[in-house]
Amino acid sequence: MYNELIFEKSIEGANKRNLFNCEKSIVPEKYARKTSLNLPDVAEVDLVRHYQELARKSHGVSNGFYPLGSCTMKYNPVINEEMASICEFTNIHPLQSEEDIQGSLEVMFKLKEVLCEVTGMDDMTLQPSAGAHGELTSLMMIKQFHESNNNAHKNIVFVPDSAHGTNPASAAMVGYDVVEIPSTVDGFVDVEKLCELADENTAALMLTNPNTLGIFEKDIVEIADIIHKVGGKLYYDGANMNAIMGIVRPGDMGFDVMHLNLHKTFSTPHGGGGPGSGPVGCTKELAPYLPNPQVRKQGDKYVLDISEDSIGKVKSFYGNFLVNLRAYTYILSLGGCGLKDASVNAVLNANYMKARLKDHYMMQSEGYCMHEFVMSASKIKEDTGVSALDIAKSMLDAKIHPPTMYFPLIVKEALMIEPTETESLKTLDYACDVLIESAKNAYEDAENLHNAPITMPVRRLDEVTAARKPILKYVKKV
Amino acid sequence: MTSYVPNTKETTKHMMDVVGIKDAEELFKSIPSELRLGGDICIDDGKSEIEVRNTIHKIASTNKKYGSCFLGAGVYNHYIPSVVSEIASTQEFLTAYTPYQAEISQGVLQAIFEYQTYICNLTGMEASNASVYDGATALAEACMMSITNSKKKVLVSKGVNPEYIKVLNTWCKYAGLEMELVELDNYKTDVNDMKNKLNSEIASVVLQNPNFYGTLEDMDSVDQVIHSNKSLFISVVNPISLALLKSPVEYNADIAVGEGQPLGNPMASGGPYLGFMAATKKLTRKLPGRIVGQTEDIDGKRGFVLTLQAREQHIRREKASSNICSNQALNALTAAVYLGAMGESGLRQVACKSMENAYHLKDKLSKVDGVEVYQEDIFNEFVATFKCSNDELEEKLKENDILGGLYLGDNKYLFATTELNTQDDIERLVTIIKEVL
Amino acid sequence: MSTPKNLKYTKEHDWLEDLGNDTYKFGITDYAQNALGDIVYVELPDVEDEISAGDTVATVESVKAVSEIVMPFDCTIVEVNEELEDEPEKVNASCYESWIAIIKIDNLEETMTAEEYEKSL
Repeated sequence: MYNELIFEKSIEGANKRNLFNCEKSIVPEKYARKTSLNLPDVAEVDLVRHYQELARKSHGVSNGFYPLGSCTMKYNPVINEEMASICEFTNIHPLQSEEDIQGSLEVMFKLKEVLCEVTGMDDMTLQPSAGAHGELTSLMMIKQFHESNNNAHKNIVFVPDSAHGTNPASAAMVGYDVVEIPSTVDGFVDVEKLCELADENTAALMLTNPNTLGIFEKDIVEIADIIHKVGGKLYYDGANMNAIMGIVRPGDMGFDVMHLNLHKTFSTPHGGGGPGSGPVGCTKELAPYLPNPQVRKQGDKYVLDISEDSIGKVKSFYGNFLVNLRAYTYILSLGGCGLKDASVNAVLNANYMKARLKDHYMMQSEGYCMHEFVMSASKIKEDTGVSALDIAKSMLDAKIHPPTMYFPLIVKEALMIEPTETESLKTLDYACDVLIESAKNAYEDAENLHNAPITMPVRRLDEVTAARKPILKYVKKV
Repeated sequence: MTSYVPNTKETTKHMMDVVGIKDAEELFKSIPSELRLGGDICIDDGKSEIEVRNTIHKIASTNKKYGSCFLGAGVYNHYIPSVVSEIASTQEFLTAYTPYQAEISQGVLQAIFEYQTYICNLTGMEASNASVYDGATALAEACMMSITNSKKKVLVSKGVNPEYIKVLNTWCKYAGLEMELVELDNYKTDVNDMKNKLNSEIASVVLQNPNFYGTLEDMDSVDQVIHSNKSLFISVVNPISLALLKSPVEYNADIAVGEGQPLGNPMASGGPYLGFMAATKKLTRKLPGRIVGQTEDIDGKRGFVLTLQAREQHIRREKASSNICSNQALNALTAAVYLGAMGESGLRQVACKSMENAYHLKDKLSKVDGVEVYQEDIFNEFVATFKCSNDELEEKLKENDILGGLYLGDNKYLFATTELNTQDDIERLVTIIKEVL
Repeated sequence: MSTPKNLKYTKEHDWLEDLGNDTYKFGITDYAQNALGDIVYVELPDVEDEISAGDTVATVESVKAVSEIVMPFDCTIVEVNEELEDEPEKVNASCYESWIAIIKIDNLEETMTAEEYEKSL
């Protein structure tokens, strides 16, 4: 009974949910379904127990420390959930008239305003559903901008070799040729190389700052200059925004267009993989290309506005409204001071962990990091055979979600740690103790680490067979 | 001001000592001073939880929520069982990350595996992914799946949701692909027009069933035509309707996509929703996005894991067919809980009642002087043509707490019904329309 | 594993077996299969596909990586090894027997001998 799929718990007739005595179909024969639905038949008590069991076999920020680099797993405030369940927001159909949805439009407008202020951008859309979606939107805008300015020959997008996979994937989807810019040995963009490569075919450079090693690209002004001089646009991947709120703004650094991850920086919950929200902000110059419709204020009414030069729609309706509402609630709660305080503490917490771990793992950058840092287990691997993967798996037994592994690609046996600001010193010390213990154990009892985890519902899984002979759904054994 | 930062003066001092600094400012030395924000972010000061509640409730009160809803057009006001919202707000499901660390995420992985199974069962397809952003982007991704080196054009029926067509248009424009629309004849796809537009460049043909206007399309008759042109057949479907209508596998669709919002997710002012995508065995490895697979651990115990990852952006980078990274996990979980709570009987009841109500309303409206309904076979939606325009109608309906159909222009309204519309609702709507005309 | 002497090699870690009449069998070398790890899937080209020099002719996937097999010359696909659809692991077990496709090359350019290839590693 335990560890069964919901389909395996089905007993015919157990589900007594009777809504209306109406099951007679009036669908004409030629349109009617002839095959079975194969939906499970379970009583409500068993449904609830089933999902409680699944919850016990899951791990959220509400269960424990989650130092996943670049994901900003900060606390998801419960007040956000309360606001997102207000029925005057949930029971609203997106196609209701503007007069009917002034409340929703106000939230969208005000969120846009504060996010522009935080990022130094002139305008913003809340339509994209996720970071990658925001990247795609930004690149479509850049492409349209160039085409509208008779620069359609600009077909190259630069991406640092340390960038997240969505960056080149998004550029390719819009038909751009992707050229990788190498990093220097300290992990910065190789400015000299960039200068050499930038020419009249350069459409854009995609960058995150701080970069994926967790350090601030100090040459950002020069980088922006190089790209702008050849008529290119500078795109900001906002994944690492949690390091800089109230400290420095992408708009002030020279970025022309950017996306934010509300499910990272602005505390909306990850939901096991979504939904997120990836607003795109831009300068005045690119604003006409933002997706339609835009929310504007006319007098004291909020209206939906259409721009002729817009790239069009990237998603139905206005975006993930309830996610955006949560982010708005968060920003209202923290205010300007609170957002800065969040970033300052995020950076402090990361540096604290870095300082405690530096004698046990190889740090990928000297000096202070920002909100995250990358360390390598490559020496441990060389000496003992214990890999970053083994270290990560051993953390599971300590009920800590492992850091990001094997990213960025330019670092061997990489572990990327981002504690965020919503962790106490006690938690940080506990995590450091576990990591230090694992590093020591690698030299004393490597086998133990190769076997980790041992206290989880399952042990290491056969990913090879899962990919060779995929079983992607439950099929009842006849 | 609210703060979620546990650090105190003392713990901060201790941490700074360990790091070797006297002031947190030192950590930002590497940032060129001319870039630094002088002063605080120019937004209002933070509020306490009490003030936040007041502020947001005040804003919410300016939204108008209706007692009766006859508006559909792709988003529907269906019954959401109490158990669905309760389970979907479980902290573990809400605050977990993507299940990349399988051993600690078996719950989320199994929930998604079950969701994939549900989608395959509803559509009859071999494989489903873990969901994409919404129905519109699911369609765009499905079209991308069909594109080959020599086939870069898609044919889309005008019966497909206009929001989806707009999104697909944007996608195609910037990916350098072409899209052509197929005409309708009395709100049904004109198969002759489709035949005329088919050629060797067409990668796929898209039809929606029931279509945007509520009409039941002849999906069987287009199957042959599309496949003999060696194009893929993409069907956009309403998951509730699949309780009664032919499933995509029965008319040989290659890819089935649609909007999963009707399955236990609220209308939510536009989102978050969920796009489902399911395909035949042949096209399985072309599905974008995350997919959960079943496997065994080293002890032979059944477990679940994210699989077929080599298709995805984090491995293929610029060679990935899609940049998609997230799925709508929580919405997918919600849909799965809904289907478990409803079961086959419950889903059939919802579909039957939604359809019955639509025919009931259609009957009554077509008897009203000045209203014409031209469609015969529908699911839960239809177009009513009024003899003249009416500004009064919306006002009158609003006064009576009724959200009317979608105005399509040209004196036409698209009315939808679900199982939540009562006979009373329907009577009142018809009466008001009679009065106003 | 030693590098079979009767085959030709490219710097992209492909091997070629001359079948006469400008047709060749090709596969990936031991170095390549080892670098990939457990192979889970081989995406085969379609018969009669025309591949330009520098384009991807097939893709080999492991759990965490993907390798594109690029032909350094223009070629046409004559036949594909359908066995690999269900048993991609054969490429790991016997990479010099598990051919991926038979191709027709009009202008075979520079290739390496077994010794030259081994030296280049």
